[in-house]
Amino acid sequence: MLQADGVWFRHGRDRPWVLAGVDLAVGAGEVIGLCGPSGGGKSTLGRVLAGHLRPDRGRVTVDDAAPRPRRAAHPVQLVLQQPERAMDPRWTVRQVLAATGADDAAIAALDQRLVVPSRLDRFPHEISGGELQRVNLARALLARPRYLVADEISASLDAVTQARIWTLLLEHCREAAIGVLAISHDRPLLETVAGSVVDWTPSPVGETPA
Amino acid sequence: MTAVREVVAPTWFGDRRRRTLAWVGLSALVVLGVVVAGGPAADAAQTTSLTDRNLGPSAAHWFGTDRLGRDMLARTLAGLRLSLVVGVAAAVVSAGIALTLACLAAVFGGVVDRAVGWLVDLFLALPHLVLLILLAFALGGGTGAVVAAVALTHWPTLTRVLRGRAREVMSSDYVAISRQLGHGRGWIARRHLAGHLAGHFVVGTVLLFPHAILHEAALSFLGLGVDPGEPSIGILLAESMRYLTAGAWWLAVLPGLCLLVVVKLVDTIGSNARALLDPRSHHL
Amino acid sequence: MTALLEVRGLEVDFVQYERGLRRRTVHALTGMDLTVAAGEVVALVGASGAGKSLLAHAVLGLLPPNAVERGEVLLDGELLDAAGRRRHAGRGMTLLPQAVSFLDPVRPVGRQVRRSAELAGHPAPRRAAAEALARRGLGPEVLRRHPHELSGGMARRVLGAMATMSNPRVLLADEPTTGLPPADVRTTLGGFRAMADDGGAVVLITHELRAALDVADRVVICRDGRTVDVADPAGFSGDGAALAHPYTRALWQALPGNGFSVAEGV
Repeated sequence: MLQADGVWFRHGRDRPWVLAGVDLAVGAGEVIGLCGPSGGGKSTLGRVLAGHLRPDRGRVTVDDAAPRPRRAAHPVQLVLQQPERAMDPRWTVRQVLAATGADDAAIAALDQRLVVPSRLDRFPHEISGGELQRVNLARALLARPRYLVADEISASLDAVTQARIWTLLLEHCREAAIGVLAISHDRPLLETVAGSVVDWTPSPVGETPA
Repeated sequence: MTAVREVVAPTWFGDRRRRTLAWVGLSALVVLGVVVAGGPAADAAQTTSLTDRNLGPSAAHWFGTDRLGRDMLARTLAGLRLSLVVGVAAAVVSAGIALTLACLAAVFGGVVDRAVGWLVDLFLALPHLVLLILLAFALGGGTGAVVAAVALTHWPTLTRVLRGRAREVMSSDYVAISRQLGHGRGWIARRHLAGHLAGHFVVGTVLLFPHAILHEAALSFLGLGVDPGEPSIGILLAESMRYLTAGAWWLAVLPGLCLLVVVKLVDTIGSNARALLDPRSHHL
Repeated sequence: MTALLEVRGLEVDFVQYERGLRRRTVHALTGMDLTVAAGEVVALVGASGAGKSLLAHAVLGLLPPNAVERGEVLLDGELLDAAGRRRHAGRGMTLLPQAVSFLDPVRPVGRQVRRSAELAGHPAPRRAAAEALARRGLGPEVLRRHPHELSGGMARRVLGAMATMSNPRVLLADEPTTGLPPADVRTTLGGFRAMADDGGAVVLITHELRAALDVADRVVICRDGRTVDVADPAGFSGDGAALAHPYTRALWQALPGNGFSVAEGV
């Protein structure tokens, strides 16, 4: 169970609270959709769950323990909307994938629908958005996470590419019993891919922790 | 954008990038030529000939001679060589300091970052030349002291540039993801930071270099620089001052112009290298 | 009905350098066709990276100097080169840009809107700016704010006010609804419909096929830098059997709610 327990977060002392007492739970192998308008703090929650940001109050637990990823991949991996920002522009796709600690054999053994072998030695700006997003997903899967946070991963893709990447994601996560939190503004999409959809309400302005 | 690639054979005609490259190469060649020519000129620069005192430019002495009958062309070349050597040493040491501080600030953040920022502001707030003079004085003069003084005063601007760039890299999504994959600070500095800073570092170092040369000349001119026996450009200019009123204009004008040309050439190399190093620069 | 804007076989290449002297050509657009008549809203639908925004920039003559373009662009039946089109940009033909980053981050919004009113030739730019914002439900306090102090929806409305200041005959709206809540999407698109009904021509660039169907007279599908199909919005219903082109049909069928199916071979 990936669990957020009364999480509060703000980007600095004098800034408003972005997350105000958020509770959320994603079970192993479960797909939960988080639906809400953009700019409402959904992405911040994703980053807190994945350990990019530390909550100011409350806690995030993975299988009832606080994750301590010293020198090991975090059990919650994050796939972001813009894959080109999530990869060092100076690295080839192969280097990006190898940064997970995967060896050449593991990279070669990847699902070819995720990463086309002929693209391995290209730079991120040389391949299309859909392909790049699949590389992004492949990297997250190579880190062998227990949970995956997919933050608007198909927001800038066309419908065919969107359907393709979600089909792949769901297939791989089901196989490895990875729990998924799907974040999007697109309700029809979430209703299609997720077992249940949670509505996100942005935290009211001026709220403070008790 | 479709990822269709086709490599086109570049033509010399109308190819700005090639022209830039040729220009950089030519500049580098001239600067190198000065350094090489300065070596053999060192002897001639110190040879006095009292029969040829204070001659104007002529076929035998292109830049004229000084009060001791020494050939000014030889002295200028030897002086430029000395200036270039001091400039390179100072620029490299200075850039090294800048890189170290910027990386420390970016990798450790927090207190270290604030301390570096404070130090940069402090050094930028102090008047440059005064600091330079004090340092050169404190270090006891001589070539070594000049290198040290110039190196210790020129790092702040480059540090600021590198720190900004390093900060940008460290706050990017790809560094956040590398952290999440369990990689430590050292790994991120090596694998992400080094590549992104390399270009800025090289260009910054080259651009520091003209500054260093000019400040070396200034210090020597003021008598705090290299040993007065050595013919550095600053010393040539300082000596020439006394003879300007007597009409010996060539003593100051020609070495001064040479210094200007060399500084301009190095500056050209630096600013064009920036455009060439950026793999996706559109306009060059 | 004559076309206000017509694009025929537009191709755009970019000449780029890789490290060192290796030069390469990136074929960004490989054949774009588009026709918009007065009173029409034409939706240009495709994935990001398919070249939609680039088409808008090319039509306005705003491409960077390393771009090479071929093909024809006609405005009001008159064949214009890039420089000629740039003269019309901002007057007869305007771009509603995609992102807040098109606003100057260090100048207050009011000054920027006023500037576009000035350029559009309004006699009293200050009043015109305030009125244009008021028509979009933004009070005078917005004039003093800086772009980073606006919410996404407010920034869109400011950009919209600036783009329509000169009452353009052709409006190219680049992803005007991305990230907006459904109610705002409807208002924005309704505004375009009204503009077209007043005799303007609107090119609605979007990747959200479903939203575009409500207002568009025609849907142009583009993919990998070329337009592949022009479809009638009425055809997008049921299982899409009325759609002739296989890619258009695949797009429709892949939508969540329409089966979310991945057709092979398209």
